Amino acid sequence: MRGLSKSFGGVRAVSDVSFAVAPGEMLALIGPNGAGKSTLFNMVGGQLPPDGGSVLLGGDAITGLGPRAIARRGVGRTFQVTATFGSMTVRENVQMAILAHHGEVWRFWRPAAERHRAAADALLAQVGLAAQADRATGVLAYGDLKRLELAIALGNAPRLLLMDEPTAGMAPAERVGLMHLTRHLATERGLAVLFTEHDMDVVFDVSDRILVLDRGALIAEGDGPAIRADPAVRRVYLGTGATSGGH
Amino acid sequence: MDSVLPQLLTGLATASSLFLVASGLTIIFGVTRIVNFSHGSLTMLGAYIGWSILTRLPRDPAWFALGILLTALATALIGVLIERVVLRRVYRAPELFQLLATFGVVLIVQDATLWLWGAVELPLPRPRWLRGFVEVAGGRFPFYDLVLIAIGPVVLGLLWLVMNRTRWGTLVRAATLDREMVAALGVDQRRLFTSVFALGAGLAGLGGALSLPNASANLGIDLSVITDAFVVVVVGGLGSLPGAFVASLLIGILQAFGIVLVPKITLVLVFLVMAVVLVFRPNGLMGRPQAEAREAALAAPVVRAAPPALRWLGAVALVLAVLAPFGAGDYYLTVLTDACVAILFATSLHFMMGPGGMASFGHAAWFGIGAYAAGLLLHWAGAPMPLGLLAAPVAAGIVAALFGWFVVRLSGVYLSMLTLAFAQIAWAVSFQWVEVTGGDNGLLGVWPPDWARSPRVTYWIALALSVGVALLLRRALYAPYGYALRAARDSAARAQSIGLDVARLRLVALVIAGAACGLGGAIFSYGKGGVFPTYISIPHSVEALLMVLLGGLQTVAGPIVGALVYTGLADLLVRSTDLWRLVLGAVIVLLVTAFPEGIAGAARRLWLRGREA
Amino acid sequence: MLLVAGLNAHYGRAHILRDMALEIGAGEVMVLLGRNGAGKSTTMKSIIGLLRPTSGRVLYGGRDIAGEEPHRVARSGVGYVPEDRRVFADLTVMENLEVGRQPAREGQRAWTPARLFELFPNLGRMRDRPGGRMSGGEQQMLTIARTLMGNPRLLLLDEPSEGLAPVIVEQMAAAILALKAEGLTILLAEQNPHFAGGIADRATVVEKGAVVWSGSMAALRADDDARRRYLAV
Repeated sequence: MRGLSKSFGGVRAVSDVSFAVAPGEMLALIGPNGAGKSTLFNMVGGQLPPDGGSVLLGGDAITGLGPRAIARRGVGRTFQVTATFGSMTVRENVQMAILAHHGEVWRFWRPAAERHRAAADALLAQVGLAAQADRATGVLAYGDLKRLELAIALGNAPRLLLMDEPTAGMAPAERVGLMHLTRHLATERGLAVLFTEHDMDVVFDVSDRILVLDRGALIAEGDGPAIRADPAVRRVYLGTGATSGGH
Repeated sequence: MDSVLPQLLTGLATASSLFLVASGLTIIFGVTRIVNFSHGSLTMLGAYIGWSILTRLPRDPAWFALGILLTALATALIGVLIERVVLRRVYRAPELFQLLATFGVVLIVQDATLWLWGAVELPLPRPRWLRGFVEVAGGRFPFYDLVLIAIGPVVLGLLWLVMNRTRWGTLVRAATLDREMVAALGVDQRRLFTSVFALGAGLAGLGGALSLPNASANLGIDLSVITDAFVVVVVGGLGSLPGAFVASLLIGILQAFGIVLVPKITLVLVFLVMAVVLVFRPNGLMGRPQAEAREAALAAPVVRAAPPALRWLGAVALVLAVLAPFGAGDYYLTVLTDACVAILFATSLHFMMGPGGMASFGHAAWFGIGAYAAGLLLHWAGAPMPLGLLAAPVAAGIVAALFGWFVVRLSGVYLSMLTLAFAQIAWAVSFQWVEVTGGDNGLLGVWPPDWARSPRVTYWIALALSVGVALLLRRALYAPYGYALRAARDSAARAQSIGLDVARLRLVALVIAGAACGLGGAIFSYGKGGVFPTYISIPHSVEALLMVLLGGLQTVAGPIVGALVYTGLADLLVRSTDLWRLVLGAVIVLLVTAFPEGIAGAARRLWLRGREA
Repeated sequence: MLLVAGLNAHYGRAHILRDMALEIGAGEVMVLLGRNGAGKSTTMKSIIGLLRPTSGRVLYGGRDIAGEEPHRVARSGVGYVPEDRRVFADLTVMENLEVGRQPAREGQRAWTPARLFELFPNLGRMRDRPGGRMSGGEQQMLTIARTLMGNPRLLLLDEPSEGLAPVIVEQMAAAILALKAEGLTILLAEQNPHFAGGIADRATVVEKGAVVWSGSMAALRADDDARRRYLAV
């Protein structure tokens, strides 16, 4: 994958935004509530069709495809509110993703329990959940659920991973742990990661580059120190830093 | 052209009555989140009570108006009673249990009304002023229709004022959006709910009483009104008053013109309109997306295969079942055959409802389509039983695929109501298309060939087919398809994000469930020697739900156990009392109010308590 | 003012609170720290009555309110601001406030929309706007204002900074400090240590439904080990 560029014209929620994210890169998207982060995310993920512009994945246009088609082309996603398959064990959650990736869903006879078991266990080991493989997802601690979501997304072997506020609701120490894990996986697999985040400690710590969105438009782009020093960003988003860290 | 205006006015009058009933239903749903099945029963009570009051009063307009208001008051009080005795205990119960509880009320009110007023239709003697005509644009129109037409908008206006200009109305609208939060802000939910229910019930009674001069008080009102009201409320958008008004107009006018233009398929037309509206606006014309139930986040337990002990138990039961004909008499063999059919009926519903997450309120439709497919083939083409048994699931599966195309896009209550409406259409077709289906008399002489005629052989065939299909369904659930289906139910968004086609997974589940259920219908017909519209009736659909819920949704064995228990109980009940509806209704209400978290939930609670003690 | 002792609560079959304990004096601001699922929200829901605790006591002003209906607890002077805001989306700002309105208690200066608009000037500029068409920060202010309309003496604030831009979080902190200055007792659940640090007098850290650390904010800052583990700063 060489990168992703996109631009939207004429949409008010997000207007004429262009950017690219490279394999192995962690790109953070920040901005005030209502700036259009979710809209942008949903257009890349296929939940919303863009009114204008285009989304390219490795050179192929995926603009306007549905979420399922986009997922099949290699865009993985984690959700702000954790969404796992509650009636399955941790391992089965990952097996399900691998089954879907291999297009083995429409099989009615052979039991699914043994399919791709080893591959699922390998992924769980990578995110540090090997010991929990047989537990129900309902009893997992919140931080572990987030790791499971990551494993499910990886089960679909994505080239681009969209993470919507991945650390929301986690304790500060866990946040950094999860994002370092993501960072490691991104480097190892050449995975491009686009994430939104309100915790500036996390943003400045793990991202390679930061995009700042305000009222649907890109107002700044750059690495941590550049963004922190940007007066416009301080005004609309960061404030004085007294209650948000990152100072 | 001459017939357009009168039909329009008739349609508007119908719309007014519809709106009165539907507005009550939609307000009650909005606040309590309960789909009140007994709303039609309140309308029916309104008609009967109205009849009893109005026939005792002087017959002039002022007394008529007073009698109508008294009736509305009386039904409001009955509503308060129902709310306090039944609904108050199930507000925290799962949606389906609430529906079942209100259906229990339907059964109780049916028998109570029959017992109080008798089986004969009660028409209201119409004094002169009620029969009067008014000249409009050169035509003569029934005065009373014009009165009805005026009442609709007046009631809408009054309700709007109450909802938007009073504190009570503000609280009601807030509770419609988030009742828990309203309670946390210091508002007494119980009083709010009771008052809302009283208003809704009063409106239902008003609708029932006002329909008297044009119709009569009869025992069919409850289910026919509730179907119409469901359609209106769903088309308008659950919880939306203006939506209910617009939808009433739409449906009322459609019915009025439909009866003139295409009398036989008016109901089908109504259904099509409903389907089209829901395809383009899945939440109805003016509805908003249903907020996910906040407390429903309780994760479904992990599905695991049954322990070996249970499998052995199942195997032993199966051997006993195969040997049963050597020990049981003919009567018990027919009951056992019914039980086999019930297993198909319940496991097929469980398949789409448990793992598939689609709670159907019209499962009897597939049963009936299978039965009629077999019956009609035999009746019109002389097809033998094996062909009938093959055609039944195929026919039910094909219809399920057509119907499923839009139903799988819906969820929750909308899906339940659409399935219910569809079943009502199927019922109406079987009932009204007399030339083909034999109407009420049904198709007779649907017997198996001679070699399979003895109760013993019929039973073995039924047993082999039902157990075989149940095992196939189980197999599919543990295969990748079953996992994917559950994944789509657990989290549709997550399922899509890993590339699963949620709509198609659900559609296939519906087709499989429909086909399996259709097979059950065919077996049942051969066992009884006939096919009748009652196979598709609402009570029959509810039976399937009862079986599934009795056994529990979470296990594959659950619906089988539920089917057996229910068949046994029903057999016992029907043989021992005439008032079986009342008893059954009371049992349902008792079960649901005693175990509001479901039978499985109650067992869990007892277990937890035992552990901590 | 509030004493929680031996509180146990289940959610389904999960045991969420295990002998939870808290004590808040009048006029104090106490922060509950802990990760998601640790039991902060469950503690608040158990106090207000949205969740019925399986055992334990919740003494408020000397009276045990454990297991009481939420509207009774609310009317006795406990205000609850839920974590996910839950404004009534179809109702206007003024109507949202009306739903929260309850009579003031003796010796209390009653909250009115006019006074609330001084505290949250943004809201005063959008009186007739439906709650659903406000930004996250505005909704958070509305939900606090709505609860204040019930004239509470004790305010339960569940993660008021969650998901808000840093610049909005600053405004929120200023508003809460103003409430503290009015003498309101506040129980605050937070994940954001910077935010909590500027407001709270004392902290209670919960893990897996039980208290693992408790003391003044100054003590928490001084305790290197606790600070690293619970604040990660």
